[in-house]
Amino acid sequence: MNGKLEIKIWRGRASDGAFSAYEVPEQAHQTVLDVVTYVQRRVDATLAYRFACRVGMCGSCAMTVNGVPRWTCRTDVKTVAHKGRLVIEPLRNLPVVKDLVTDMAPFFDKWQAAEGRLHPTADRGTEVATIDPATPDRKAADAGVECINCAVCYSACDVVTWNPDYLGPAALNRAWTLQNDERDGGKAERLRAVTRDGGCQSCHSHQSCTEHCPVGLSPTASIAGLKRMAARAAFGRGPR
Amino acid sequence: MIGPRLWLLQRATALVMAPFVLVHLGLIIVAVQGGLDAGEILARTQGSWGWALFYVAFVLAVAIHAAIGLRVVIAETLRPRRWVLDLTAWVILVVLAVLGLRAVYAVVA
Repeated sequence: MNGKLEIKIWRGRASDGAFSAYEVPEQAHQTVLDVVTYVQRRVDATLAYRFACRVGMCGSCAMTVNGVPRWTCRTDVKTVAHKGRLVIEPLRNLPVVKDLVTDMAPFFDKWQAAEGRLHPTADRGTEVATIDPATPDRKAADAGVECINCAVCYSACDVVTWNPDYLGPAALNRAWTLQNDERDGGKAERLRAVTRDGGCQSCHSHQSCTEHCPVGLSPTASIAGLKRMAARAAFGRGPR
Repeated sequence: MIGPRLWLLQRATALVMAPFVLVHLGLIIVAVQGGLDAGEILARTQGSWGWALFYVAFVLAVAIHAAIGLRVVIAETLRPRRWVLDLTAWVILVVLAVLGLRAVYAVVA
């Protein structure tokens, strides 16, 4: 474990940036985030990157590592380094602010465009809803609800690259969980939102989102659920 | 770029085409059993309303399905303006339908 890692990190913006090379000491159980942090703390303090929790909960630290979008805090270097080499870039499909930091605004704007928020049906006077975890709807919601908003799926998705209007896997996955939430009162409105141009029917089911999701969700399955819901709605069996 | 109506229409035409393709492939196998012979094929198809209806429906399903599919491919690769995209899709649909229906007419009439 006394070796060196050869690291290339994207510096600058998307249009006028370039890779810079660094050497980082190899350590046991070293994550990609550890590598980036080493560079920023010990080699070049001007390196910009983003992280918060370091334990795979906050979704802040996603980057492109050797061409693959990953949560860097939970990615062990030895599982991804190729002959001790790592190429670390910002996430694809998002504007680059500087170095490894992307502007997440388009990603979260699309969550809003997909009505990715609860439309409450209760107020302070209402009894707390009792949700049976065994119902099919709740199981469908639970299957997609652990999303950490890291945008790895958004970065992995080719349809997002090709179609700037496409809402993307995360926003549609969120919409699907809400379509199955019995406390939600905005289902008809949300179904309209996710079937507009750039909605669920734009998905080609490539499944890159599912392949790369760090918490093992399947946005593809959620989007397929929205497509089924949209098809039923076309025959007058939609949510009201 | 693709709304729910076009999306559903493409799924519906796919549903129609699936059995049609099987029948069409079966027919090809049957038709070539004694060697490929124009006279034999025309004897089966000429004046046959059944085959005429089958292939008219098939051609229309193909034209609609392919036009919607290519419309998406063109939209994602070339990103043309909306009216250019819609016009291109209509041209593809009409060209495929005309070519196909002309062929159906040639073997049935």
